[in-house]
Amino acid sequence: MTVPPVTAPPPLTATAVTPEELAAAHGLTLSGARPTLPRYVAQLWERRHFVTAYATARMQATYSAARLGQVWHLATPLLNAAVYYFIFGVIMNAGNRVADYIPFLITGVFVWDFIGSSINAGTRAVHSNLGLVRALHFPRAALPLSTVIQLFQQLLVTMGALVILLLAFGQMPAPSWLLVVPALLLAAVFCAGCALAMARIGSKNPDVSQLMPFILRTWMYSSGVMWSIESTLKSDHLPHWVTTALQLNPAAVYIDLMRFALIDSFKAHSLPPHVWLIAVGWALIAGIGGFVFFWKAEEEYGRG
Amino acid sequence: MADTANRIPTVIADDVHVIYKVYGTGTRKGGATAALSRIISRKPAPGVREVHAVKGVSFTAYKGEAIGLIGSNGSGKSTLLKAIAGLQPVARGRVYSQGQPSLLGVNAALMNDLTGERNVVLGGLAMGMTKQQIHERYQDIVDFSGINEKGDFISLPMRTYSSGMGARLRFSIAAAKDHDVLMIDEALATGDAAFQRRSQDRIEELRESAGTVFLVSHGIGTVRETCDRAIWLESGVLRMDGPADEVCDAYEAFSRTG
Repeated sequence: MTVPPVTAPPPLTATAVTPEELAAAHGLTLSGARPTLPRYVAQLWERRHFVTAYATARMQATYSAARLGQVWHLATPLLNAAVYYFIFGVIMNAGNRVADYIPFLITGVFVWDFIGSSINAGTRAVHSNLGLVRALHFPRAALPLSTVIQLFQQLLVTMGALVILLLAFGQMPAPSWLLVVPALLLAAVFCAGCALAMARIGSKNPDVSQLMPFILRTWMYSSGVMWSIESTLKSDHLPHWVTTALQLNPAAVYIDLMRFALIDSFKAHSLPPHVWLIAVGWALIAGIGGFVFFWKAEEEYGRG
Repeated sequence: MADTANRIPTVIADDVHVIYKVYGTGTRKGGATAALSRIISRKPAPGVREVHAVKGVSFTAYKGEAIGLIGSNGSGKSTLLKAIAGLQPVARGRVYSQGQPSLLGVNAALMNDLTGERNVVLGGLAMGMTKQQIHERYQDIVDFSGINEKGDFISLPMRTYSSGMGARLRFSIAAAKDHDVLMIDEALATGDAAFQRRSQDRIEELRESAGTVFLVSHGIGTVRETCDRAIWLESGVLRMDGPADEVCDAYEAFSRTG
């Protein structure tokens, strides 16, 4: 025994002060209270190494049971692209209307894969980590953010495959390839914001994560991943606002920016006007909005 | 006894209620359309049941105290600890605390597919240690766990460890950090005899550096030995709060008859 035994304190009601006053007198703070937004950002910054380490750890643990191991990080997106090529390029012949259809398709598939899986995994980020939320203190935004970082790391590996495929299909490196960097960063900020917002919704309503695959599939088919929004809509007599809405679609914007950067035959006239402004706008709206929306419920995660 | 004014409170629980929502208890199968309409109408699903795990518990813990939480299984001990730590949101009432109370345990952050080495770093970061601190304590953690006594196991994935080895490494990581208010949830009974002795010593050290220690244990002996005060919970209600020996006696008398 190192601590001298103390007698039990009298019950609180016997003392004159209320618990609140007693707490204030000794500088005690409310346990589990939500920090202010600047304080929250600072806490998150202090934990940045945890966020990245957790992302990297999960990335490495993903295929650790498979015999080919990390090769699957590269093989999975390539197989995905092959399936889409078989269905849309060979069977449905969507390639007739688009020049350089294979580079067009795989760029779309890879970028969409990042956007779609960020949002899907973000929806589950808090709910599937309830054990962690209930055991340790850290800004909960670390969970959806590390999910997006993990997927971004995966995207970078995939981009390596994309470069090889582009070269194989006759696309030559050009200065415009550098535009990939801002395009991907903006897409990442957009995805992080969406993942944060969906993480809050998914933690309150676990059923939402069951619906997400359907919502995301609808979004994918309307984002021009396998077909060109511009050339399809030009020929079909759709109202102008439909075309505009399809072109303002953030997923389509980021995918088309990547195509513009990487594919020679994908010219600027295929992009909606003010495309970079739209890309920045979506990133800011989703990024800031998602973060604030997530922070607003910080003290409630873990209620289950 | 009367000079409570001179003692420094570290944790004040004021009428704390914790309510769990448990999904999937209903017998009716929920179809996709039913789920959708529930989401839209924001009604609780028919299969949701609320469990009122902690019902209006109030107490004040002071600096230097070691408090044992006792009670039968499912009486809300662990839930109360999580509520004090601010990890389990309270439904009603308030918890005030000095600094950040932490639960001793890091299991949830560790990954079985990664090596012990990586898990030490990951666990440390999850607990809020800096890279520098982890680097300084890394060797201590590994030595303390005794993982490398039978060869270089620290560089193997944790899924290859025996359950005892895994538990030892988890405890070693969790105990590497000092805390203001420390909560231990039946972590004492892991590993072999030699490791248990080491972990007892380490908990003593942690107790000395921590302001207040909470210990949840089914072993009344452990509570008598290590705590000076005990709180007895029964079905979420605070039944008794006082010197460890008195409360343990009463609890034992209750268990025999009950």
